[in-house]
Amino acid sequence: MLLDKDRIFTNIYGMHDRSLKGAMARGHWDETKKIIQKGRESIISIMKESGLRGRGGAGFPTGLKWSFMPKESDGRPSYLVVNADESEPGTCKDREILRHDPHTLIEGCLISSFAMNANVCYIYIRGEYVREREVLQAAIDECYDAKLLGRNAAGSDFDFDLYLHHGAGAYICGEETALLESLEGRKGMPRMKPPFPAGAGLYGCPTTVNNVESIAVVPTVLRRGAEWFKGFGRPNNHGTKLFAISGHVNHPCVVEEAMSITFEELIDKHCGGVRGGWKNLKAVIPGGSSVPCLPGDLMHKDAIMDFDWLRENQSGLGTAAVIVMDNSTDIIKAIWRLSKFYKHESCGQCTPCREGTGWMMRVMDRLVSGDAEVHEIDMLLDVTKQVEGHTICALGDAAAWPIQGLIRHFRHEIEERIGSKISRDTSAFAAG
Amino acid sequence: MLRRLHSIQPEAFVFSNKNKAWAKEQVKKFPKGREASAIIPLLWRAQEQEGWLSRPAIEYVADFLGMNYIRALEVATFYFMYHLKPVGSVAHIQVCGTTSCMICGSENLMDICKESISPEQNTLSEDGKFSWEEVECLGACSNAPMIQIGKDYYEDLNTESFQTIIETFRSGKIPRPGSQTGRYSSEPLKGLTSLKDHESNKNQFNASVQLSESFGDTVKRINPNKIKNTVVDKK
Repeated sequence: MLLDKDRIFTNIYGMHDRSLKGAMARGHWDETKKIIQKGRESIISIMKESGLRGRGGAGFPTGLKWSFMPKESDGRPSYLVVNADESEPGTCKDREILRHDPHTLIEGCLISSFAMNANVCYIYIRGEYVREREVLQAAIDECYDAKLLGRNAAGSDFDFDLYLHHGAGAYICGEETALLESLEGRKGMPRMKPPFPAGAGLYGCPTTVNNVESIAVVPTVLRRGAEWFKGFGRPNNHGTKLFAISGHVNHPCVVEEAMSITFEELIDKHCGGVRGGWKNLKAVIPGGSSVPCLPGDLMHKDAIMDFDWLRENQSGLGTAAVIVMDNSTDIIKAIWRLSKFYKHESCGQCTPCREGTGWMMRVMDRLVSGDAEVHEIDMLLDVTKQVEGHTICALGDAAAWPIQGLIRHFRHEIEERIGSKISRDTSAFAAG
Repeated sequence: MLRRLHSIQPEAFVFSNKNKAWAKEQVKKFPKGREASAIIPLLWRAQEQEGWLSRPAIEYVADFLGMNYIRALEVATFYFMYHLKPVGSVAHIQVCGTTSCMICGSENLMDICKESISPEQNTLSEDGKFSWEEVECLGACSNAPMIQIGKDYYEDLNTESFQTIIETFRSGKIPRPGSQTGRYSSEPLKGLTSLKDHESNKNQFNASVQLSESFGDTVKRINPNKIKNTVVDKK
């Protein structure tokens, strides 16, 4: 188990002093100037060396992403945009950073922006997080007052402004280019790539979009060194990670743990085990709603919570939002609810997604009630393949994958339900 | 999803002086010529002032930012947090219905809404004081099931605690937000498994509840709209 001394988010539950003074007492903002004096190249190379992979779902190496930004300005400014539009069902980790450990993020914004030569950074927080926005703004104001932000930020000779902006309830704005559209004051409709944001992002200028957690760990990684961060997790899956566990465990929680922790240890140590015991575990969605579910026995026996193990098992770590479902769960309905979510959240720009999400949900409606034909299961699977990979952004994929996971692992249950519905109807007919 | 403007619209909208000053500050966050970037917060503030987002409000904000009306209308109809028709005068209850909350009992909460507020969502209760809707994931899944009312999250609910919350609003008081089962924030209910050092000298409330308690503005509107309504479209 990860020790407290190796935790990056030492106030994730908000029980310690949440002010700037408290954050400083926990080691944040300690000689930030010296970190900045390491220079851009050096900061980026340490981040590359640390093996940090983006914490927003895709797992792209953060240091590498930063290195795509132009070294010299061609006259256009560069921007860092922090994606705090946490909306992936099951995911509630960034909220805890934003409201209880905001200084990890603010200091991270300064250092990361410096590394990318961005004098302005925007944090885009989801609209529903009203209190979290107020807390974060207060923390930003505190930093301005303490001259940690603004001109000559933290005495580093680097001028830096940090602005907090918010959305208004659209999941799609968590997609990086939709977020930029939204930040420019339009509907959150994803842009075609290329050009990638590092070439032409916000206002047509070089931009990097990073998740809250990715940025918030930066100061600690630079302070303690790439080797320290690499000490956790298997190769290619380094560091510590916030896990958000919800659903049928005895004590759901958000907790920071080492990457590559086993699923069993994560649930037993922090969540008091599965409700009704391990034998009662039916299925797990290990990384937020977009990744395919996995059956309980596989998760219990072998699962290692990192990018590679979950990908090898046809799922993903995503945002490390773990949704645990016990035997009382109607798994078909649980996945149907995700189909409903994606239908609701499709921006409507690409036909396969706009039409496909609705179509998939309507078939799922009937699979829940058993009012379907067995061959429709394969037809549904076929449609998911036609949506997947045929849209501008990954929402189409995200809508397809949960259904694919359901059919892969719980086809027998769907067939049984259709079967019992048919026999029920037949006996009703015979009786009538 | 099709979202239309309401058939009954007020005659006009203006920001209160305080809100106007606030809006001018917001615009300064963005480079010159990029004022449109501020539209989402400004529309939101208009909704906070009026309770819902009317056509005059949308057009007022468009004028404020030098945008074409259609661009502002696009934004207002695209984002789900904008209420395009009036909501309950006391509280609009948003029940998270997505999977984590669903498997933890959010459907039971919605049954209560149907019984005690209105059988249909987005419809006013008979006394006009309440309305409700099912919303998508609100991002507090470790505290499921949960709801949002105004600025605040009410977490770790069951049917009893949810009913108590509605009754408290009905009696004119504001129930305390946050976990309803005594959790501080998102730590394990049966005791900390990490970061135990500061448990004993913690503040009374977590950061969200603390703000709610100090501002007391969970459902407070800013300068409620007093302009009389006119029917512009009777269809």
